[in-house]
Amino acid sequence: MDTFIQQLINGLTLGCVYAVVALGYTMVYGIIQLINFAHGEVVMIGAMVAYTVLTMLAASGLPPVFIVALAVFAAVPVCMAVGYSMERVAYRPLRRAPRLAPLITAIGISMILQHVALIIWSRNNLSFPQLIPLTTYHLGSSETSATITNVQVGIILTSIAMMAALLALVYKTRMGIAMRATSQNPQVAGLMGININQVISFTFMVGAALGAIAGVMVGTYYGIANYTMGFILGLKAFSAAVLGGIGNLGGAVLGGILIGLIEAFGAGYMGDLTNVCFLNSFLPGFANLCESNANGSLFGSNYKDVYAFIVLILVLVFKPSGLLGERVGDRA
Amino acid sequence: MSLLSLANVQVAYGGIQAVKGISLHVDAGELVTLIGANGAGKSTTLKAISGLHHAGAGDIRYDGQDIRTLPSFEIARRGLVLVPEGRGVFPALTIEENLAMGAYSRTDRDGIAADIEEKFALFPRLKERAKQTAGTLSGGEQQMLAISRALMAKPKLLLLDEPSMGLAPIMVQKIFEVVKEVAKRGVTILLIEQNARLALSISHRGYVMDGGLITLEGESKSLLDDPKVREAYLGETA
Repeated sequence: MDTFIQQLINGLTLGCVYAVVALGYTMVYGIIQLINFAHGEVVMIGAMVAYTVLTMLAASGLPPVFIVALAVFAAVPVCMAVGYSMERVAYRPLRRAPRLAPLITAIGISMILQHVALIIWSRNNLSFPQLIPLTTYHLGSSETSATITNVQVGIILTSIAMMAALLALVYKTRMGIAMRATSQNPQVAGLMGININQVISFTFMVGAALGAIAGVMVGTYYGIANYTMGFILGLKAFSAAVLGGIGNLGGAVLGGILIGLIEAFGAGYMGDLTNVCFLNSFLPGFANLCESNANGSLFGSNYKDVYAFIVLILVLVFKPSGLLGERVGDRA
Repeated sequence: MSLLSLANVQVAYGGIQAVKGISLHVDAGELVTLIGANGAGKSTTLKAISGLHHAGAGDIRYDGQDIRTLPSFEIARRGLVLVPEGRGVFPALTIEENLAMGAYSRTDRDGIAADIEEKFALFPRLKERAKQTAGTLSGGEQQMLAISRALMAKPKLLLLDEPSMGLAPIMVQKIFEVVKEVAKRGVTILLIEQNARLALSISHRGYVMDGGLITLEGESKSLLDDPKVREAYLGETA
């Protein structure tokens, strides 16, 4: 039971990060039907900028929370500028091109950003300075009960606040309604006096801002950043967006949290489930292995990156529109 | 001076010359109709005026300014608003949100709210369904919404592209009454219709388009009596 609760907490934390990144994919897809594969790199740049600010100010004696806030305030505008520029320079000229062209361009942008980051921040794993002392809270009376850290609480609360802010933006503001109008019919949106280029730029910048904060959260959570970190993270968030139904905001949140949970539970239980003695109890052929190494497992938690992609494949085979994805159908 | 004037406007669609050099004008306060068969170039003309598809040559002047190469949102912000063919409501936005989008270029919050109420008074059906998505409306109701939405921009010139298309006869009557009412309130209208009789019966002047050219023009009354129009567009044998 303790393991279960622990993996639930880990999964939720991870899932919140995936959800925030997945929102960036789904917003851009919703408005111009482009899968922006460079979005993962925006998250990476957010983490890198935060790393630079944190290391620069670590010894400054400023309050830790203030330094982290400064890191966020530095990462967000940088990422927004990156998001704006990639749309303006790379995707806008291809607005009327066949869909494959911007998709391949997105992969190209992703590689360019990775290598720019490699030049600026080196190829090494950069470890985040531990500014905020990690506090661990037990969720039970015993020493072995599940724990939650202050960083995890911070990530979950920040994510929920950002998702709520985004939903309010999209559903309650004039700009948000214009975003939805543009996604449904850009031509008619133009006839209403909506400058759709401005709306599309805005969408990229909002997605990038979310990505920047996700990058800071990931860096703080794992304590490490690397110029390739956006790749796997981006693919997992993309899987989450597809699982929820790409183009659907609620779907991205649901998909992100599910992928986070699946990954955590997969990592937590796969070792037990593929334990050779456990398998021996109902499958033939494991007797020798069980005798020689009773604690041996076929798969361990190092397979954690696999689950998101298994889910992606299953969704694409059995329900390509995703869990909440009716957006494809409601386009007039 | 005319509110809108076209001189020798040519529009090409993928190498095909759909509009081959037309001239027309709409004066402030007028209700002018452009009739013609399917494929005559009527819709293309409206697309060129509203900036959805730019004319390759010629002169399009609105309110004294050349608007031929302006993007559609700039043209809309100047008060020239098109209700597109097929209505073009935003199906997943609510009726209220659709109307709010019509007023996108306005910033007077109170005025917008009052105008939405005014549209609801005009079309009680829309008020009943204010919180429903526009995709759930019938074709006629969607047309009412599309016209209301365009009026939210307080247009000086309203372009209507086939407002009767695909609607039941009773709905067509209603829509035309609305168009007449809007014109009476001082909005200048350029109306495109395949239903030539109805269009000519409510308009001041008319143009007849055929094969990308304007072949006839005049007072609507005289066009209704013109033997060529009667034969070709009103389904009567000479």
